[in-house]
Amino acid sequence: MSWLESLRTSWSAVYSHALRSTLTVLGILIGIAAVILTVGLGLGTQKDVSEQISSLGSNLLIVAPGSSTDTAGTRGGFGSSSTLTIADAEALESSVNAPDISGVAAEKTTSLSLEANDTNWTTSVTGTTEAWLDVRARTVSLGEFISADDEAASAAVVVLGSETADELFGTQRVVGQSVVISDKTFQVIGVLDSAGSDSSSNLDDVAIVPSSTAASVLVGGTDRTSVSTIYLQAASDGQLSAAYQEAETLLLNLHSITDSTAADFTISSQDALVSTATAVYATLTILLTGVAALSLLVGGIGVMNIMLVSVSERTREIGLRKALGAPPGAIRRQFLIEAAILGLSGGLLGAALGVTAAVLLPGVIGSSIVVSPAAVGLSIGVAIVIGISFGVYPATRAARLAPIDALRSE
Amino acid sequence: MVDTHTVDARALVSPEPEPEPEPEPGSNAAAPVIELRGAGKTYRSGSIEFEALKGIDLAIHEGEYVAIMGPSGSGKSTIMNILGCLDTLTRGEYRLGGTDVNDLDEVELAEIRNRQIGFVFQGFNLLSSLPAWRNVELPLIYGGVPRHERRQRAEQALERVGLGNRFENKPGELSGGQQQRVAVARALVGEPTMILADEPTGNLDSVSTTDVLALFDELHVRGRTIVLITHELEVARRAARIVWVHDGEVVRDEVQDRDEPNDEVAA
Repeated sequence: MSWLESLRTSWSAVYSHALRSTLTVLGILIGIAAVILTVGLGLGTQKDVSEQISSLGSNLLIVAPGSSTDTAGTRGGFGSSSTLTIADAEALESSVNAPDISGVAAEKTTSLSLEANDTNWTTSVTGTTEAWLDVRARTVSLGEFISADDEAASAAVVVLGSETADELFGTQRVVGQSVVISDKTFQVIGVLDSAGSDSSSNLDDVAIVPSSTAASVLVGGTDRTSVSTIYLQAASDGQLSAAYQEAETLLLNLHSITDSTAADFTISSQDALVSTATAVYATLTILLTGVAALSLLVGGIGVMNIMLVSVSERTREIGLRKALGAPPGAIRRQFLIEAAILGLSGGLLGAALGVTAAVLLPGVIGSSIVVSPAAVGLSIGVAIVIGISFGVYPATRAARLAPIDALRSE
Repeated sequence: MVDTHTVDARALVSPEPEPEPEPEPGSNAAAPVIELRGAGKTYRSGSIEFEALKGIDLAIHEGEYVAIMGPSGSGKSTIMNILGCLDTLTRGEYRLGGTDVNDLDEVELAEIRNRQIGFVFQGFNLLSSLPAWRNVELPLIYGGVPRHERRQRAEQALERVGLGNRFENKPGELSGGQQQRVAVARALVGEPTMILADEPTGNLDSVSTTDVLALFDELHVRGRTIVLITHELEVARRAARIVWVHDGEVVRDEVQDRDEPNDEVAA
């Protein structure tokens, strides 16, 4: 009996038990679709996160007040105390002390209400310098960014994020308009290009003012010279770790701290953020894929169960085929092919469902799903292997049936 | 399971130790197609042994129509299984078409069944999901006959049993008699050495019984070798020769005077 004949015979057996076959296929199908989706979701989230972090700027180091190395818990939490000052930022700008740092942008951020015409809009108002635009890898779509002159003059000028501009002025011309912040009138000199949002804030809903203006006008009291974050740009990728060393040494000196583990600031790099996030999501992906793979295993056991039922239900048929001259090999092959057909259909349909869901779902859940062809190919392969390996035992049982016993069974 | 442990001593004390087969009724000079010599079969289940066949000698020649007749438990089903190569002897010899079947392995037995034997079972044993012609072609599939030729031969076989217009009907759409005709067509399609029918009328009403037996008569007239296993005398009477089996032994072997039915069919 040729393979083609075995295939025809097996197919007609699968086809004539359509409902049962469908249910069996469903087990594999769901497993395969789950594997493709979880792997895709994991990869997609990793991609999203690294893109978000990259959008912070290139070759970036982020200096934040507070410590992450503190284990005693005696110091205040991350970012709660402003141990960083404008003086720190100015020191880091020195090309003598920190030759590998090409750009420094200190940010002082407060949430304030903006008023234009009759519209009120609360947003995060950031005081910073000219260098911010480069360091944060942003561009201006209209007008211009704050200049060194504005800084020197503590000019009452503001650059708005694209969303903030929208909220305040709608479709009107924005540049040249006036905005009232804390009872002081600022002139809008520019609008930033859209940059989306990172993991914690909306990058398009901001108002940027010169840091001198922010210090003297917007924030009073002792808080005047402190900054919330200092962004450092390394001169190149290769100089990132040198820049890190310089920044750390310099700040420890300035803060008169000798033990680096007792630092009252934290320097993190974009790379570190990316790799941490990637590692977290990779672990999560492996975990979820494991769960999905388990469901695939359950699907495989379903195939075996159905094949065993099928063998005992068709004992007479097997006996008859043997009486008519089917050698054991032909019977084994018939049942193996049946199991493989179930596995393959489950694999193909599952892959189709998984890929379709991967295309449709991101619009609903808002995170991207990356379909890797390797995962699709592999899971179809796995489905066939599962079908066959769980089919071996039932097929062997069928092949071993003695024809007289099989014929006699009712 | 069948235990094939040999008990040779039994063969020696066999009540009918006849080494030479007696001259067969209606035989020609050729060697018999079916030949059992001292055929014994012992089933063993745990410590209990049951001797189903006690050393049987039987020769059947080409073209014969033989009924093997006996009450249930007489060993006729065992004879059927042995003749059909579905089971093997524990002692003695079985030659089918000149081949000693006893030494063959499972794969070779499957091939012998495929080439030499056409089975007709009491319960028809048709595959309900397949149309008539697909049931008939089954032996040809395992015989390695090409696809186009199979359909042609299956249709010819169905025409020969009078079901020329039922190729596509599934067993459920056919009467009992018609189903058994399909089974007969399936037995014929591979041109086997013999047709082996096990209680072929056991599940049929009297009309269908007459119908199927007439078909066997017709096949006999055309020169087929037929072995029919039955416990019904009326059925056995249709054969040219009746072998009576009782308690695992052949107790009578008689040639029938069956001119009447023969003439009817031949006419």
